[in-house]
Amino acid sequence: MRSSDAVISRPYRSLTGRAGRALLQALLTLGSLAMIAPFYWMIATAFKPREEVMVFPPTWWPNAPTLRGFAEILTLRGGGFPVYFRNSLLVTLSVTFLVLLTSVMAGYLFAKYRFPGRNLLFVFVMSLLMIPFSISIIPMYALMGRLGWTNSYWPLIVPSAYSPFGIFLMNQFMHSIPNDLIDAGRIDGASEYDILFRIIVPLSMAPLGALGIFTFMWSWDDFLWPLVIIDEARLYTLPLGLGQLRGRMGSDVAAMAAGASVAVLPVIIVYLFAQRHFVEGIALTGLKG
Amino acid sequence: MSGLGWQALRQQGAGGHLRKQKAQRAVFALSILVPLIASFAIFWIYPVIRGFLGSFTAWRGFEPRAEFVGLHQYARAFRDPVFTISLRNTFYYALLTVPLDIVLALSLALAVQASGAVKGYLRAAYFLPVVTSTIATALVWKWLYQPSFGLINQLLELAHLPTQRWLISTRMAMPSIAIYAIWKSLGFNMVIFAAGLTTISETYYDAAKVDGANHWQVFRRVTLPLLQPTLTFVVITAVIGSLQVFGPVYVMSGDPPGGPNNSTMVVAVLQWTTAFRDLELGYGSAMGLVLFFIILALTLVQLRVLRTRWEY
Repeated sequence: MRSSDAVISRPYRSLTGRAGRALLQALLTLGSLAMIAPFYWMIATAFKPREEVMVFPPTWWPNAPTLRGFAEILTLRGGGFPVYFRNSLLVTLSVTFLVLLTSVMAGYLFAKYRFPGRNLLFVFVMSLLMIPFSISIIPMYALMGRLGWTNSYWPLIVPSAYSPFGIFLMNQFMHSIPNDLIDAGRIDGASEYDILFRIIVPLSMAPLGALGIFTFMWSWDDFLWPLVIIDEARLYTLPLGLGQLRGRMGSDVAAMAAGASVAVLPVIIVYLFAQRHFVEGIALTGLKG
Repeated sequence: MSGLGWQALRQQGAGGHLRKQKAQRAVFALSILVPLIASFAIFWIYPVIRGFLGSFTAWRGFEPRAEFVGLHQYARAFRDPVFTISLRNTFYYALLTVPLDIVLALSLALAVQASGAVKGYLRAAYFLPVVTSTIATALVWKWLYQPSFGLINQLLELAHLPTQRWLISTRMAMPSIAIYAIWKSLGFNMVIFAAGLTTISETYYDAAKVDGANHWQVFRRVTLPLLQPTLTFVVITAVIGSLQVFGPVYVMSGDPPGGPNNSTMVVAVLQWTTAFRDLELGYGSAMGLVLFFIILALTLVQLRVLRTRWEY
């Protein structure tokens, strides 16, 4: 009795008893409805015809569902949401791939190599984590102009290819990989690149997955920098495409809700399938920070 | 003796191979380090230095040469009523969001832990706002807040409660954005707290129970002190994030952003307007640096307070 109790015992369990626990569950469920309600309302609004958006009392589900809102966002400036979606995907996947690659390489180098100035350089890279974007955003804007990169994808991809946070995370993990594995690879005559990509990378899948999810979410959501650097609508990412709809409030809410749905639903679907990884990734990145 | 001889023999035979391996490693290391250093120098170090220097000049628009004006831009900022308002609003936003967010997130993490097995969909629900786009969700909330046909006022009306003007009222606009921000980040902090709670060993709780501690005492004397590293992390990242808020304000406050009547004008939005609408790059740089020094000072203070308070 005592031992089985200890396994599942939780610190505040006796606070509650069965009735208390049921009450907590009920409260948590109620709270979760408040978390989900805006998403439900977004989807319901997206399918409403113009007139039905502004009625009282509100209709909980459209009486006459229509795809007009979705049709509307296909033909916005620069090609509309299909183009914005493609741009977001292109930028986010490129950034995520580059961050994973550079972080695993740099993390490995800092953890397993000895070279003059290594510790100093590492501390220096970590200190970059404390620089807020408010300092560098204006010079970055001027720099992109000088490089001739304005109105291209480059400003959204190249400056984000190296992440101090990613290097930190991978470096932490690399310390747990035994040196013997690397030495064994060298004795077998493997090149340094072989060791990195055939031995180290396969062992690093868990932290790489966490870092990948984290980077993807951050890049998919990035707004301020694209807003500053992208003028042409054909290069808009989803957040920029949505941002231009903010003035439509009152005139075409269904189109706005349709745009929000298109930006949100793919992430929700991926999230529901890989929920555990998302949550564990966040917990990992939080704890290590 | 024999060991030495063996080593000498090995080195003789394998010398060329070792040298080759050493060269290979140097090439490998350089192939990683050179682009890394170049990238950080160009996209991180140079902009910081340039921004710092630029804040002492009359840098405007696309003029290549900017006149040195000393501390003029800083003096100008502190004389500028809109900048002073933006500083006050930024602190107000942080005060509205951070404490409530942390109390709610910690309560949720504890409730989840205490209520035993929690259904997966509950966790999914609380975490959903975290994974979804800021701009998309801020737009949806802007619509929820709409005074005549937004869901919130309609529900209040159905319940015969007084309605609010939410985002278009100078008094309510900032709290409205803060409510959205808490909704958005609650799940994130809850997961961090939940992860922190799992690192606390059951034996501490058992010991407290044996000593006859009540629930509040257990929380105050065991959970909170042992959760201190997590709490420090959450508080500091939440404060840093809230002081730099841009997207939600930009989307929810209308055009030009920061309204109505500057009631939601925060430093990041004012910096954006100054630098990229008025093309006052030097002045905008000074604003960015003021914000940086505030963040730095607050972070150092918090580290001191949070590190020492519950040490035992």
